[in-house]
Amino acid sequence: MSEASLTTAIVEERVKPAKRRRAYNVRRLPGFAPIALFTFFALYAPLSILVFYSFNAGTSLAIWEGFSLRWYQQAANNAQVLDAAVRSLLLAAVSASVASVAATMAALATTRTRRFKGRTMIYALINQPLMVPEIVTAVALLIVFAWIKVATGYTGMIYLIAAHTAFCIPFCYLPIRARLETMDDTLEVAARDLYAPPLKVLTRVTLPLLWPGIIAGYMLAFVISLDDVVITEFVKSAGQETIPTYMLGQLRRVVTPEVNAISTVILVAGAVLVTLFFWISRGRR
Amino acid sequence: MNALHSTAAPPSSAAERETAIEARGITKIFGAANGFMALDNVSVAIRRNEFFTLLGPSGCGKTTLLRVIAGFEPPTMGVLSLNGRDISQLPPNKRPVNTVFQNYALFPHMSVANNIAFGLEMLGKSKSEIKDTVTEMLKLVQMEHLRSRRTSELSGGQQQRVALARALAPKPEVLLLDEPLSALDLKLRKEMQIELKRLQHETGITFIFVTHDQEEALTMSDRIAVMSAGKILQVGSPREIYAKPAERFVANFIGESNFLNATLAGDSVTLDAGGRFTVTPPEGVADGEVSVLVRPEHASVRAGEPGAGELAVTVETIVYSGDATTLHLKLATGETFKAKQPNAPAEAGVLPAEGDSAALTIAPGAVTVLKD
Ligand SMILES: Nc1ncnc2c1ncn2[C@@H]1O[C@H](COP(=O)(O)OP(=O)(O)OP(=O)(O)O)[C@@H](O)[C@H]1O
Ligand SMILES: [Mg+2]
Repeated sequence: MSEASLTTAIVEERVKPAKRRRAYNVRRLPGFAPIALFTFFALYAPLSILVFYSFNAGTSLAIWEGFSLRWYQQAANNAQVLDAAVRSLLLAAVSASVASVAATMAALATTRTRRFKGRTMIYALINQPLMVPEIVTAVALLIVFAWIKVATGYTGMIYLIAAHTAFCIPFCYLPIRARLETMDDTLEVAARDLYAPPLKVLTRVTLPLLWPGIIAGYMLAFVISLDDVVITEFVKSAGQETIPTYMLGQLRRVVTPEVNAISTVILVAGAVLVTLFFWISRGRR
Repeated sequence: MNALHSTAAPPSSAAERETAIEARGITKIFGAANGFMALDNVSVAIRRNEFFTLLGPSGCGKTTLLRVIAGFEPPTMGVLSLNGRDISQLPPNKRPVNTVFQNYALFPHMSVANNIAFGLEMLGKSKSEIKDTVTEMLKLVQMEHLRSRRTSELSGGQQQRVALARALAPKPEVLLLDEPLSALDLKLRKEMQIELKRLQHETGITFIFVTHDQEEALTMSDRIAVMSAGKILQVGSPREIYAKPAERFVANFIGESNFLNATLAGDSVTLDAGGRFTVTPPEGVADGEVSVLVRPEHASVRAGEPGAGELAVTVETIVYSGDATTLHLKLATGETFKAKQPNAPAEAGVLPAEGDSAALTIAPGAVTVLKD
């Protein structure tokens, strides 16, 4: 080997790792762009069509007859829709609040305690509802609540609130616990060292730092509650329609773009909520 | 809460007046079943206004001892007292002891000033007093210009100063510092060493300082406790620890050492390699075979044949290090010996060359008998 070619070989040897590192970029894999585009299309095309036809002047979900806000007006003037919307929002707000408090306490109890027997077991039990098929929970609640309704004669909102709170807890618990686990627990030790009694440690250090986790849990629970059909359908008493059960009821009759209009409003509300959350949590960091 | 900071009842004896923290028979076992003994019957008295250092290798129990003193970790056995009062049962928020954490543990959701104010607020101090103390503390650590900064926007050295100010603000009886300088680069480290000494001097607070850097311990401390495997091996001033280490571990951990075999008879010790020295052997060492320590800088070497009181040696290697030269020697017994000579200006030719025979002189009083 001549000296020149030896030098080239050494230089190439040095350059190689850099080249290889660049090749790890998945964007260079064949088919990356088409797959990404198709996925985005599959996610957003149906939503776009739904939003598009909510502005249809005609009564059809498939034939475009010009732009109008007619279905939004109709939905806004529909007493049933308004009643269901208020109920849905109230239910989601109360359930998400109660679930957030319960989940925060559970998360503290499973991360900010000396390791005790059954701690892992409790962790599993809190998350188990995520694994139980919703329809099973719904039937179980139907049976239990039917007994209570017969025994007490009371048929108010409390059943829906209880049911929604219950299935929201694991959704709240996950982000709160995740946040607690990444939080430096010497901060709490430091607060204790600086004369803070346990309750002050909680209110002055733990909770302010945990806040983004709690907000994330609350938002998630709110959306999950707002969206629920199966359990609500089984648990609700007569006349306790929520937006999803109302829409389901409509589907059994004539489907008009009114459903699209309501869905679009929910979609926008959800997007605003999520954006708000990111905004708040980023400001908090 | 304020009673917390008043000193205890008038002490009855002079010795008692001196003592701030006293540990008696502190043992800490982690894990109930096959427990690990992190502290093994530790007894130590730390005097008021003292800069006291816990020195030892990684895992020897330094942090654990600090955590026991702060109250974060209950001892398995033993009693801890502060100013003669038993504080073993007090929770950390009721002990007038503050900690500077190794990772600083500054509250990220509070400004510099609010971090420093935290302890004072928890003690229920008045608004105006808190404000004055915070300003005073900021001045003390030279951070006045950064009082409303977020702690995440500070450099390592600045965070260090805030952590110090926060821990000093409530004027604790004792300040615990767990390797506070280990995260800083060398230059900043040297600066903070001086800074810490100044703070201790100005505040008159007892400092208990943890390090595994022997040089840091020697330069900063009033007294040092050398720890190994959960035990305190020796407590003494830097000079005592360096010049009169009681055990081989202590001698080895601090500074360079030569260990030689010798025979002890009363207050006189005879090296196997030759030479007789007058010593004060530590308690509990019987006459007969012993191990002795000689520091490399307490011996000198010259070229030529050994005369009276000198030992015959062979020079193996010579290592030049700027201010000094270290000669690695072989004694007549086959034992190795390091001798460190300060480099005098333009006196080359006095030192022997590698491979030469030479004469070694051990300074009188340089021989220390070890316990083991
Ligand atoms: N919570 C704990 N559970 C079990 N073992 C522990 C616990 N904390 C410390 N130990 C053990 O106790 C011993 C002493 O730990 P410690 O943290 O006091 O060492 P250290 O002297 O501070 O060391 P370093 O210089 O590395 O900080 C170590 O062997 C450690 O593994
Ligand atoms: Mg440590």
